[in-house]
Amino acid sequence: MEILKTAMAGTLESSDAQVTVEPGTDGIELTLESSVMHQYGKQIRAVVLETMERLGVENAKVTIFDKGALDCTLKARVECAVYRSNGITENLPWGGVIK
Amino acid sequence: MINAVGRDIPEEVLKATGKEVFKGAYAYDDHEYTKAAPKVHAVCDPKRSKVVESIHEALVKCGIKDGMTLSFHHHFREGDYVVNMVMEEVHKMGIKDITICASSLGKANDPIVPYIEDGTITGIESSGVRGKIGEAISTGRLKKLAIMRSHGGRVRAVESGETHIDIAFIGAPTCDDYGNMRANGGKSDCGVLSYAVVDAEYADKVVAVTDCLVPFPNIPASISMIHVDYVCVVDAIGDPKKIASGAAKPTTDVRKIMMADYCTQFVINTPYFKEGFSYQTGVGGASIASTISLGKIMEERGIHMGLGLGGITTPMCNLLAKGLVNKLVDTQDFDMGAIESIKSNPNHIEISASEYANPFNKGAYVNKLDFVILASLEVDVNFNCNVVVGSDGMITGAQGGHPDTAAGAKCTIVIAPLLQGRIPAICTNVTTVTTPGETVDVVITDYGIAINPRRQDLIECMKDVDLPFCTIEELRDKAYAIVGEPDPVQFDDRVVGVIEARDGTIIDVVRKIKDFEF
Repeated sequence: MEILKTAMAGTLESSDAQVTVEPGTDGIELTLESSVMHQYGKQIRAVVLETMERLGVENAKVTIFDKGALDCTLKARVECAVYRSNGITENLPWGGVIK
Repeated sequence: MINAVGRDIPEEVLKATGKEVFKGAYAYDDHEYTKAAPKVHAVCDPKRSKVVESIHEALVKCGIKDGMTLSFHHHFREGDYVVNMVMEEVHKMGIKDITICASSLGKANDPIVPYIEDGTITGIESSGVRGKIGEAISTGRLKKLAIMRSHGGRVRAVESGETHIDIAFIGAPTCDDYGNMRANGGKSDCGVLSYAVVDAEYADKVVAVTDCLVPFPNIPASISMIHVDYVCVVDAIGDPKKIASGAAKPTTDVRKIMMADYCTQFVINTPYFKEGFSYQTGVGGASIASTISLGKIMEERGIHMGLGLGGITTPMCNLLAKGLVNKLVDTQDFDMGAIESIKSNPNHIEISASEYANPFNKGAYVNKLDFVILASLEVDVNFNCNVVVGSDGMITGAQGGHPDTAAGAKCTIVIAPLLQGRIPAICTNVTTVTTPGETVDVVITDYGIAINPRRQDLIECMKDVDLPFCTIEELRDKAYAIVGEPDPVQFDDRVVGVIEARDGTIIDVVRKIKDFEF
């Protein structure tokens, strides 16, 4: 998938993450701020990159404000932002690319 | 050098402080030492007045100079004005290199941070710090090593001469012109002045700071005129609304209520729960809920608490008022109900911090505790607790009486929700050890209860009790299965603070926090 337009998902509530994706040209450029950066920064980065790869996104600017979200939440917010950037809000491929 | 809780204390820290590494919670039993004594100035001329016009005049008369140690108490909690008021004047006078020796410092004292940066304050000794002072220490802006002591440990440090207080500033809700201080009857009542007693007895100079001058004699006094050099009247010593909150509404958080119920069930199934038992609890939602649920069972079974100890909240006072507690013994009041109770109930009694928890006197109240119910930011698989440094490495809490009561009580129970957001409370290694695991008997979480294997007697008496028991490792594994295993915080090599055990040895150090790097 490509990132066609800027899209967001998630909130700044505790245990959530706000994910913004924008079109990019130079691979996945991740900007991450997290309330649990020291303990989970590396894991968050790994989960985000793995999710982008699964969705087939090769170029994007990704900005995340994480408030201690679990991996499952992070994945869901990234997936949602990517689909919104493609204008897809129905007939999502559950169990396929979205795991 | 590796200490008794497995922490490596750098040689240079041992050298710089002259301290030894922690050797175990009771290693200093029967320790012999000579107490320090202050240098005092006699007041025998009855014509001499103790009243000074301003903090400035008090500082001048006390001979303030660079390098001195000033002390403060924290009974005004988040409403305290005294520390800021005195330090602002010290700063204006251009004095440098001051060490603050406080019973605790909170967010109310954030305004002193600029004085840390400009070298007015270069040392901090406290039970703990919160807010911006914690950030300043953790980011390496305080010149000297910060020293964190328990309430009992602070008294020991002062009485043994390890810390010498040059000038003590004691905020007093009421005071007469000769320095008799009381905690009640003024406009900034705080209930007790327990933590300030050792300051009054061991500081060279003692200044009473009050916003309510009352006729002589202001008795019975919490702190007597015999220790006081000067009396300074100011407009306000604190913000009454922040000194004590109204009684906290009992929690409606089902997770906390469940942990409180686990705690009560545990308590009543131990052999210590019998007529005349003694008990202390913290001020967290689950602790307060457990006091309330325990009270119901005491009433049903006709069992009375002989001694209720500690920082006092309204639910404990309610048990006293109902006749379910014989004596409530008090070092700090957390809400209006507690302050009202000590004013009116003759069985609610003020004690000094030494009587409460000093490990180097001839026996403190904590040694007589059957139960203490505590909280903790982190507990590791060796039952070590951390109540001072946040999981992000920033200093953000206080030892308070945590290590004192844990060491004293027959049954020390720590209640902690397994997860706080993504942060697991039960972990392989705590960020910083503040209370040694050998003194912690039970950890209660919302996912299960672990008894310290050192306490086979407690494991035995819970054999047929229907509670979700498991091992502490199982609790950690459950937490990590949900949130993932946390990476350790990235610290700089520089040590910025020392966590002192009750006996003055070093149980752990706090290092400067580093910017995160992938």
